[in-house]
Amino acid sequence: MKKFLTASLSILALGAVSTAASAEGSITAVSWGGAYTKSQVKAYHEPFTAKTGIKINSVDYSGGIAEVKAQVEAGNVSWDIVDVELSDAVRGCDEGIFEKIDHSTLPAGADGKPAQEDFLPGTLHECAVANIVWSTIYAYDDTKIGDKKPTTMADFFDTKTWAGKRGLRKGPKPNLEFALIADGIAAKDVYAELAKPEAIDRAFAKLATIKGDVVWWEAGAQPPQLLADGEVLMTTAYNGRIFNAVAAENKPFVIVWDGQVWDIDLWAIPKGAPNKDKALQFLKFSTETEQLANQAKYIAYGPARLSSAPLVGKYEDGKIDMGPQMPTAPANLTNAVQNDFEWWADNQDALNERFNAWLAQ
Amino acid sequence: MTDVTASGVPGEITTTDGVPLKTSLARATRRQRLQALVLVLPLLLFLLVAFVLPIGEMLFRSVYSPVGSNVLPNFSKVIQEWDGEDLPPESTFEVFVKDMRAARENNEIGKTVGNLATRINYEIPGSRGLFTRSARKLKNITEGPYKEALIGLDKRWENQHIWRTLQRVSHDYTISFYLAALDLKYDANNDIVRADPLYRIYVPIMFKTLWLSALITAICLVIAYPVSYLLATLPLRTSNLLMIMVLLPFWTSLLVRTTAWIAMLQTEGIVNDILVFTQIIPEGSRIQMVYNMTGTIVAMVHILLPFMILPLYSVMKTIPPYYMRAARSLGATGTYSFIKVYFPQTIPGIAAGTLLVFILAIGYYITPALVGGNDGLLISNLIADHIKKTLNWSLGAALGAILLAIVLVFYWLYNKLVGVDNLKFG
Repeated sequence: MKKFLTASLSILALGAVSTAASAEGSITAVSWGGAYTKSQVKAYHEPFTAKTGIKINSVDYSGGIAEVKAQVEAGNVSWDIVDVELSDAVRGCDEGIFEKIDHSTLPAGADGKPAQEDFLPGTLHECAVANIVWSTIYAYDDTKIGDKKPTTMADFFDTKTWAGKRGLRKGPKPNLEFALIADGIAAKDVYAELAKPEAIDRAFAKLATIKGDVVWWEAGAQPPQLLADGEVLMTTAYNGRIFNAVAAENKPFVIVWDGQVWDIDLWAIPKGAPNKDKALQFLKFSTETEQLANQAKYIAYGPARLSSAPLVGKYEDGKIDMGPQMPTAPANLTNAVQNDFEWWADNQDALNERFNAWLAQ
Repeated sequence: MTDVTASGVPGEITTTDGVPLKTSLARATRRQRLQALVLVLPLLLFLLVAFVLPIGEMLFRSVYSPVGSNVLPNFSKVIQEWDGEDLPPESTFEVFVKDMRAARENNEIGKTVGNLATRINYEIPGSRGLFTRSARKLKNITEGPYKEALIGLDKRWENQHIWRTLQRVSHDYTISFYLAALDLKYDANNDIVRADPLYRIYVPIMFKTLWLSALITAICLVIAYPVSYLLATLPLRTSNLLMIMVLLPFWTSLLVRTTAWIAMLQTEGIVNDILVFTQIIPEGSRIQMVYNMTGTIVAMVHILLPFMILPLYSVMKTIPPYYMRAARSLGATGTYSFIKVYFPQTIPGIAAGTLLVFILAIGYYITPALVGGNDGLLISNLIADHIKKTLNWSLGAALGAILLAIVLVFYWLYNKLVGVDNLKFG
């Protein structure tokens, strides 16, 4: 009888343990896939699961808030946390499909600075918290470019000196900025200039000078491929993608930082997320100083916290120093501008139409 | 007493048990009809759920946009009393400020200031920030005069255009999305005008889609006709082999075939390599054959070809070979007998093939998206953009509805010219 009791008790205890384990549960984190998601898994997901026992299901998507909007409006939300661009964070927040986040509850930086001061200016949003800074730059293949190397945004548009195809993202953003910078506007003044209607004509006119040579890309994985295939001589691209082609695949690509337009990615929590509290816990954990600095080991996107910058070390192979690879490295910021969400939110519908009309001409 | 036969008309035929034959027959056929109904019920339900409802929803969405009354429930009523002259009265401004503040505080899905701002921005590009920024500052306005306070926040609130647009958007039903889809818009005086030439996109692309589809259909017909003729007339062993060559690509995934064309046609691709290797073109002048209209045409012709070959083949197979022989033996030349005897009999197949290819081509999406590049985009790519990227579902729906109407018009025209009864799909 005693034996039976112990046995049944231990079974009960086992049951309790296993329910405790499943009570830790899991959350669904949605991101952009590829090398980028991999860097998040290594720097955020794995340490988080080790610390809390909460499992993270990683789901890929291709950006935009269409899917989140559909889930929230149908009242059937299956995503707990989503990696979004700033434009989508602001729009989603305005339309009430993301939860608001209290910035005072975010952990302070490693140096003790409160979160509101530790995050780069403009990277904390009512509904979202930034994790990385990424950038649109242009790159070329060093083996095919010839002896004279391009160094400025104007060189990208110079098809006389560097005859050959150019890769550009299919859409007005950030091609209008690039066109104006190439046309002689300092990067920091681009949005002040774009406020004038004639500046948009000027930007389209500049783009028209290379229109016949342009190959348009849509997904971030395309530009390195276009360069590798020799389909284009130079292409705009996301800096992390080019870095990965260089570091992981030994491609002879070179990034030109002049005129870069940088932007941020943020974590946002859809309204009605099934595991909202755990998602918030994960959000806070993953945007701590250490996790953000660790992510830079795996991809060349800069941490959104000031206190993370000194901790950025080497690439996972232990050779490449990651500091200079960041969009936020001082040397890369000499002629750079942050994407102005407000301006784009106001103008992108109309400019998309104008851009498509211009393309189809 | 109720005798069935008693109620019958004298002289009426009855069955052996006395029931009038008419009633008995009706009963029997009713049971059959019920059985038939039960058998087709799954299909009917499927069609309803997968076809009628979504299309109905699409048509509804293209005209129904209740954003105005959702976000500003009181204002959307009050503003209707405004005559459109000058600016709305102070009382209307008060309702507006209070409604906006409530919308911002409630932050309910689909009823936020952001929703309204997005909607107005479709009508007046660049006005989105006016709404979202002002809404953030509205909590500072606690008492009148509201008109001055609002204009104090942003001078643009003085603009009549904004208020006329707000008045229009306050109606739940709207034609603005159809206007936008036809490159028209309301100007500041509420008149319908054409959009700025630099922003006209949908009508030109719609025409281009029709023109390209017609071209693709014509190329398909020219290529498919001799192939189908061979398939139908060659001995079975050879024609089977040919048939497999037609069907194998047909069974291959659309995406695989499209990406294969990219590998073939790109400037560093197989076709260019061969041309350079054989010195037909010099190394420096490789031809751009993909990411433009050429790419779209080549890939779509290849993908749609089986839809032309199969109906043509099935019709040609039924044409007895001795008709032609009879024509020849009566003295007609080869060409003459082909034109007078053979060709007219293949018309049902041509009709089916061209209709099928043309309608499929009008709505084609993946292939132009992948190989269309610069100028090879079709209207369905713009629709997809509005559904997936810009989230302007109503405009996407309006474009879809117009596309549907065009297809129906072509079907009707076709019916008039060829007769749908003459179609043969195989």
